[in-house]
Amino acid sequence: MSDRIFIGTRKGLFTLERAKGGAPWRIAQADFLGVQVPMLLPDRRDGWVYAAVGHGHFGSKFHRSNDRGKNWEEATVPAYPPKPDDVPEIREPYRGIVIPWSLELIWSLEAGGKDEPETIWCGTAPGGLFRSNDRGMSWHLIRPLWDEPLRREWFGGGLDWPGIHSICVDPRDSRHVTVGISCAGVWTTRDRGETWQVSSQGMYAEYMPPEQKYTQHIQDPHRLVQCPANPDAMWVQHHNGVFRSTDGARTWHDVPAARPSVFGFAVAVHPQKPDTAWLVPAVKDEVRIPVDGKVVVARTRDGGKSFEVLRTGLPQEHAYDLTFRHALDVDESGNRLVFGSTTGSLWTSDNQGDAWSLVSAHLPPIFCVRFG
Amino acid sequence: MVRVNFTENIQRHCACPSTEVRGDTVRQVLDEVFAANQKARGYVLDDQGGLRRHMIVFVNGETVRDRVKLTDRVSDGAEVYVMQALSGG
Repeated sequence: MSDRIFIGTRKGLFTLERAKGGAPWRIAQADFLGVQVPMLLPDRRDGWVYAAVGHGHFGSKFHRSNDRGKNWEEATVPAYPPKPDDVPEIREPYRGIVIPWSLELIWSLEAGGKDEPETIWCGTAPGGLFRSNDRGMSWHLIRPLWDEPLRREWFGGGLDWPGIHSICVDPRDSRHVTVGISCAGVWTTRDRGETWQVSSQGMYAEYMPPEQKYTQHIQDPHRLVQCPANPDAMWVQHHNGVFRSTDGARTWHDVPAARPSVFGFAVAVHPQKPDTAWLVPAVKDEVRIPVDGKVVVARTRDGGKSFEVLRTGLPQEHAYDLTFRHALDVDESGNRLVFGSTTGSLWTSDNQGDAWSLVSAHLPPIFCVRFG
Repeated sequence: MVRVNFTENIQRHCACPSTEVRGDTVRQVLDEVFAANQKARGYVLDDQGGLRRHMIVFVNGETVRDRVKLTDRVSDGAEVYVMQALSGG
């Protein structure tokens, strides 16, 4: 099981370590204190770690470490190329505000395939997908997706602008990449970004008028994950519920059995068992607090037919911790989990969620947790 | 010559000592500064070359008006301050 966890928060990056033999987790290191760390990538291929750093005044930056997070250097942040004067501005379709042609937020980072060891993918708001082939020293915008005509109908969900929050690189074929966008649904490429297809068939959006309920490119998947051992098995925690695909995002099926609610942001899938997944449910839409003020994790082991509600070790009275979409992770063994909250609480489990231990209740609001 | 000074708060992330450069517009002045300090460019300007949303530039105590193309004139002997804009709560 992994003995290191990276925690990206509103006020810095924290590295947690645990000695062998069941010692408690401890915060071994704090970096970028006072600065937002919205996204992290511990690259399991080679031990490098990447961190998006968001300065309120000075913009987004990109840092990397070649020694598992002990020392950091500033690399190159993805930059949108100059906007050509003859390209019209796109206005967000519902509020009419201009969607910036400029980096607003780094919202996802994922490693490329094993056959492209220095490749990293980066999803951003306002909806640009970038790729680096040199561990973050240079980037290029994936123009076919940015230039996709339907992008003018994408809109913000959670953020003011559309944002790419999930990137799944198929371990069988690194040219096959699937991304989740709020709010533009799921998109896939099978040629490393040259051509794209919307892949949200079966999802529905109750926040839209009935005639647009099933429109694929306006869906709001909050988080998209892929089972490494069976990449055709994918899970989405969507604004309107939980969806599952068993055919590599070609079609999606509603998972109404999720409880105590079908709303939430985070989802994690077992790395070897595609039918096992975890959610952190909440009261839907604008309320966004745990159901009945009780923090719980929902687990299915049968592909979503049924769920167990796991609460051992979690606060069950007047707890208002919300878990953001990137704040739940499972390690490579599938046994150890971690999740963090907007209230700065962090819990781990060594038994697939049967029981949880509080690591800290005093961290800054947690954006992202990842085993490293 | 134009003297360019930076907010203390940027120094923690990116060293930006005060410097003297030539230039007739804010763009020319900042380009001169960033030619010698490439890293600082991205801390002050966004990826389209405009002033970052929460940054502000003063020329002789006056806020620059053109935050996108940075065409405000700068006279010889001027004092330029690159600061954080107080915004939000």
